[in-house]
Amino acid sequence: MSSVTERSSAKERRSARDARIIARDAKRKLQPGDFSGGIYPPHNKAQSTAEPIGQIPLAEDLIVPLHQHIGASAIPLVKLGQRVLKGEKIAEADGLISCPVHAPGSGKVIAIEPQPVAHPSGMLADCIVIRTDVEQRWCTLNPCTDFRSLETDQLLEKIRDCGIAGLGGAGFPSAVKLAPRGNWSIDTLIINGSECEPYISADDMLMRERAEEIVAGVEILAHLLDEPDNVLIGIEDNKPEAIATMRKAVHGTRFNVVSFATKYPSGGEKQLIQILTKREVPNSGLPANVGVVCQNVGTAYAVYRAVVFGEPLVSRVTTVVGEALQQQRNVELPIGTPVAHVLDCHGVERKQLQRVVIGGPMMGYSIDNESVPVIKTTNCILAPTWHELPPAPPAQDCIRCGLCAEVCPVSLLPQQLYWYARADEREKLQAYNLFDCIECGACSYVCPSSIPLVQYYRASKGAIRLAEEEKEKSDRARERFEYRKLRLAKAEQAKEVKRQARKRAAEIARQQNQQNTAPQNGSAAAEQERDVVAAALARVKARQASPEQQLARLQRTLTSAEHRFERIQKKLTEATASQQAQLRAQLKEAQVKLQEARDKHKQMKEQQADEEQ
Amino acid sequence: MSLMRVSSPHTRSGLGTSQVMLQVVAATVPGILALVLYFGIGVLINLALCIATALVSEAAVMKLRRRPVLFYLKDASALLTAVLLGVSLPPYCAWWLPVVGSVVAIVLAKQLYGGMGHNVFNPAMVGYVVLLISFPVDMTRWVGPTDVLHGVADIDEAFSMVFGHMSVDGFTRATPLEIVRNHESTLLAQLYEAEPVFATGGLAGSGWEMVNFGFLLGGLFLLYRRLITWHAPVAMLVTLTILSLVFYDSGSSLSKGSPILHLFSGATMLGAFFIVTDPVSGATSNKGRFIFGAGVGLLTFVIRAWGNYPDAVAFAVLLMNFAAPFIDNYTLPRTYGHKAPRRATDLEER
Repeated sequence: MSSVTERSSAKERRSARDARIIARDAKRKLQPGDFSGGIYPPHNKAQSTAEPIGQIPLAEDLIVPLHQHIGASAIPLVKLGQRVLKGEKIAEADGLISCPVHAPGSGKVIAIEPQPVAHPSGMLADCIVIRTDVEQRWCTLNPCTDFRSLETDQLLEKIRDCGIAGLGGAGFPSAVKLAPRGNWSIDTLIINGSECEPYISADDMLMRERAEEIVAGVEILAHLLDEPDNVLIGIEDNKPEAIATMRKAVHGTRFNVVSFATKYPSGGEKQLIQILTKREVPNSGLPANVGVVCQNVGTAYAVYRAVVFGEPLVSRVTTVVGEALQQQRNVELPIGTPVAHVLDCHGVERKQLQRVVIGGPMMGYSIDNESVPVIKTTNCILAPTWHELPPAPPAQDCIRCGLCAEVCPVSLLPQQLYWYARADEREKLQAYNLFDCIECGACSYVCPSSIPLVQYYRASKGAIRLAEEEKEKSDRARERFEYRKLRLAKAEQAKEVKRQARKRAAEIARQQNQQNTAPQNGSAAAEQERDVVAAALARVKARQASPEQQLARLQRTLTSAEHRFERIQKKLTEATASQQAQLRAQLKEAQVKLQEARDKHKQMKEQQADEEQ
Repeated sequence: MSLMRVSSPHTRSGLGTSQVMLQVVAATVPGILALVLYFGIGVLINLALCIATALVSEAAVMKLRRRPVLFYLKDASALLTAVLLGVSLPPYCAWWLPVVGSVVAIVLAKQLYGGMGHNVFNPAMVGYVVLLISFPVDMTRWVGPTDVLHGVADIDEAFSMVFGHMSVDGFTRATPLEIVRNHESTLLAQLYEAEPVFATGGLAGSGWEMVNFGFLLGGLFLLYRRLITWHAPVAMLVTLTILSLVFYDSGSSLSKGSPILHLFSGATMLGAFFIVTDPVSGATSNKGRFIFGAGVGLLTFVIRAWGNYPDAVAFAVLLMNFAAPFIDNYTLPRTYGHKAPRRATDLEER
């Protein structure tokens, strides 16, 4: 008896210990880790978080680019002059990795043409321009009160159809990301609310004001991924209000809000995964390879709107910030709103404005044309004064101090990459893992010699990609050439074989002829041959034009040559000295041609006369 | 209006190259103070000569290369080289030694290789070694520390030693490293009692230990300011300690000197924190720096113990400068998402 109680108490103890271990592990799981490197630039978030998310008057024209995401450009569905309603699909996705585009406002399509778009190169790209009306009527939407009643495919189709692409910055089509290919089991869903870039506070404000909707969106995402074990919402600890509201919103769910130390670039997908799960995404792999899917909080919100209200992605929250503006805040902007309109609505002082950056100061790119539109990935419009973000001083020589290597979040050696980028040593660049660079800009930020390191890496990456493409092209051309040579050789060989066969057949036939009918059939064979020649001549003659036709053609040539000769002669008398040389050459040419035509004409006539005789 | 088109990032931390250099120069101040305190103003004369010559040489070369002279002088790298050479030279040496050394350091070792950031060898050490090999007698005449000499050369004497004909011989004494290297059939303990430089000082010789302590302080400042990493200095000092411990032989007549002597005498601390940490001519990754530092420590001890020179930091550094690209090839860090670190010549070997 006593032994039984002892055993049971031992069992209890064991189970209690197990429970403790599980609890400890769960706690440890929520203990954020760290990534190597990183920098601590001033946050600059306070400027834009004082006011709630605002609205601005609708722009007169909305410029909606067909390419706002990663993948193929959408294909327009509307015609010039067509009236569209808000939310109507105006361009269809082209293939799997693509996104449809919807009208961000009702109005009339006034142009489908290349327009300047928000791209670092300042290039033009196809856009649909909508002149907005006053009505702003929505198209009929397709709401859904219980998303769990839908099949996974239907849900994905809905998300895809609403044109949702990652709102964090890269703009990868969300539906693709939510249906990981290959049978990777996803055990962790990470919601990225890190927003590590200085100045940007769009996600922060969204979490403060719309936490419930974000969490509802996370529920849909988790449902889509077959309820992964861990659902982690990662937020940097410099956003206490957002953390508090999100914690409140996830109360009662199994989601966890994890806050971690503020360090740039903690919001990079790979870095966030490392912080929250201590796993590393293998190089040239995807987060799904380590069982993780990562989505931005803005995307979760957009997914919620799309699934529950059937609302396509036609607007987004963007931070409008910078000392050149009188008002700095977050606004919900319709996609396609020109940046100039946004700046005007916030009292921009253009004299102080020295550059406009789309995105944050670390990874954003400057635009040289204010008419570019806001797109799905535009999380920030930064309008700094000269004083606020002064241009970099002239670069000095690299002293290999290694500060860049210490801050690199992916443990590269930027100083060596710089060295080889300048020398254009591409093998070395690749051996030093240039293509693992995430272009976060931490190295350039700390460089005491103010070397634009990231710019060098971008250029080198581009050059290497181009060289690879060219190599592939030339490889293919060589293959084609070699194949052609082979094909010609084969054809030649086949011909040769046939020729031999014919020769042999003829030989055999002749031998048989000689053997069988040698003496008496000689004259008959000769006759046969003559017949063949006559028939061939007749064929040739029939193919030729009749003599009358030929004569007529020659006559025409002759008259036109004469005309031309006369015309040039006339021109020559009127021409200036400089033109004369040229005209003389033409005259000479015309003369020769005329002579030729005459000769031929004469010859033909004589021939005909002969024949008639 | 036209907007600027600039590549990201659009913001930078404030630290500039010249500030880095000037902070390193500032970090040498405790060491220089100790030197002046124990060896007199000869040190300052050396520094002044070195700095003047180095700046003039740098400016001249920049003029020849048609570069903006002021822009390059402002980076203060020539100043730093001059200071590091200046503190290595024996005080009260003839004026042309610092001048020749500085010209060699700046023109030969630095500018002929392409200027700042392109030199293969540490310029100050090249300048020092050229002088040491070419003028061994002048370069090994170190004056004794003030408390051994009971007084120091006054300014008149100093200038006539540097610029005139007065011989420095009256003031020179063997350095602690020389004494230990040349001790024959005496126990270290006897040596320490007999030699005034040890008798008046602590454990590594009067003056020298303070100078090394000064440079150690400066080095800690650099570490604190994150201008250098710990890898190279720690590797060098640890290697030196281990080797000297192994060959200490409990102070017998065959002893190669105690670890304390090796750490706090000669140019050890100057080398560990100011020379081995030179990023341009050293290895570049943290792992590489560690190996580089350990190599310098090893070579320093080997040359000190069995070579022809009592001190060896300069030679050790130059020898390891040769090896730096080789070390770099094998010490790439493991990049995020990669299973193992690569080699720099990975793709060429395939």
